[in-house]
Amino acid sequence: MIAPIIECDRLSVELGGVKVLDGVTLAVYEKDFLGIVGPNGGGKTTLLRVILGLEKPSSGRVTVFGGAPGNSPWRIGYVPQRLFFDRDFPVSVRDLVLMGRLSKKKLFQHYNRADREQADSALFTAGLEKLADRRIGALSGGELQRALIARALAGEPELLLLDEPTASIDTQMKAVVYDLLDTLKKKHTLVLVSHDTVTISRHVNRIVSLDFTIERQDSGMSNAGISYHHPVDPCPCQPPLPVTESQE
Amino acid sequence: MLHDIFAFEFMRNALFAALLSSVACGIIGTYVVVKKIGFISGGIAHTAFGGIGLGYYLGVNPLLGIIPFSLAAAVAIGLLSKKANVAEDTAIGTFWALGMAAGVIFIGITPGYAPNLFSYLFGNILTVPSFDLWMILLLDLLIVFTVWLLGKEFLAISFDEEYAAVSGLKTTALYLLMLCLIALTVVIMVRVVGIVMVIALLTIPAAIARMFSRSLPGMMLRAIVFSAAFSIAGLWLSYLLDIASGATIIVVAGLSFFLVHAWRLFSSFLKAR
Repeated sequence: MIAPIIECDRLSVELGGVKVLDGVTLAVYEKDFLGIVGPNGGGKTTLLRVILGLEKPSSGRVTVFGGAPGNSPWRIGYVPQRLFFDRDFPVSVRDLVLMGRLSKKKLFQHYNRADREQADSALFTAGLEKLADRRIGALSGGELQRALIARALAGEPELLLLDEPTASIDTQMKAVVYDLLDTLKKKHTLVLVSHDTVTISRHVNRIVSLDFTIERQDSGMSNAGISYHHPVDPCPCQPPLPVTESQE
Repeated sequence: MLHDIFAFEFMRNALFAALLSSVACGIIGTYVVVKKIGFISGGIAHTAFGGIGLGYYLGVNPLLGIIPFSLAAAVAIGLLSKKANVAEDTAIGTFWALGMAAGVIFIGITPGYAPNLFSYLFGNILTVPSFDLWMILLLDLLIVFTVWLLGKEFLAISFDEEYAAVSGLKTTALYLLMLCLIALTVVIMVRVVGIVMVIALLTIPAAIARMFSRSLPGMMLRAIVFSAAFSIAGLWLSYLLDIASGATIIVVAGLSFFLVHAWRLFSSFLKAR
């Protein structure tokens, strides 16, 4: 059996005394495109943060690329929700994307030509090559979202983790972002967190619902190492889950 | 006119002090502004007053007393707010007052009278001795070299600390190092504008520079130029009008800040018409 890239075994997380995740068991294999859905406060972002090593589990076990979370940053690309930084920050789109090379560089090492070429190629993949010299504050929401994806791609990751990449952009831009994800899934393993169940079900291979239902693992519900209560429908036309109304 | 002024040695020293301190101010001020840690910088500066008192008490150059004191303050405030679950402004406020109190006590138990205490609080660029100039130059070089070495790491933690951590950076250590550089900049600025007003020169030039810049190095260069311009203009005005140099520098910087913003508002108002 091939070793999974991400493996969570009865994972529980408490934040400030409140149980956010309880007994999550799942596995992600190479070239998977896993969608994690669920309502707000369902622990989706927390699960990503545990996988990234930003949050410690209170019980259970997580391995990423066979080691502890946070131990192989150069193999992981992370696309955070874009709300958490200052849009007026004096940095160009190219320099933002160049930051994706951080995980490949040592302390004190300056970015070199190879890094710049990799950043340019990531910009090209995201369709942003013409905007490379703009200040990030001059980008639209959709462009900024693609810039964040480009930043993650610049690090040539094997695994891409995306947190609500379409949360605050218009429908047309969403389509552009999902087209981009469809190209990426050929080469990368993707984990996508979203509350937009209907849309992502057209793109992902598998869906996990984090709604205090998957956590209690029962036997017989597992499929390729993953367990959840809701059946997953791979058919692109039918939404496998009821739409979750949420706004973040 | 300017030539006459700089015929005096103390004026030449003042000019050098203004130019040299602008280098540190522009570079470190840029991080203070983009990372929004002005209040922390103020806390470190005021805590450093304890170091001045210690310098008096031990009978050494007060600048030598500030260095360990402000570095300790930087590390302590940084660690308390990052690790010990203490609200950042509480940690800053505690150290701010504690440092000032320590300074007052040290000076109180030192026999005799503390003659130029006022100049450390509010600066006196006209009395910078040559030894202090050399020390300012050394600290400048240290700051420039560190920022050159760690430019990409400092950019990463300023822009998005969480992403920096995900990329494998030791963000807390880098942040503490950044605070230590701020502490060293405070040491430099004490001679020029004094402890109480350091925060103005750390933020105003960089804040104006930010409006015209789209990269951190560009912002740093502009901030250095603005800081030097304010210092020299303030120095010249204080000479002409015979008023306190440190305060004049701050007033020039502050007025420029408001003028730039007023001009911005006015031009966008014209455009909108």
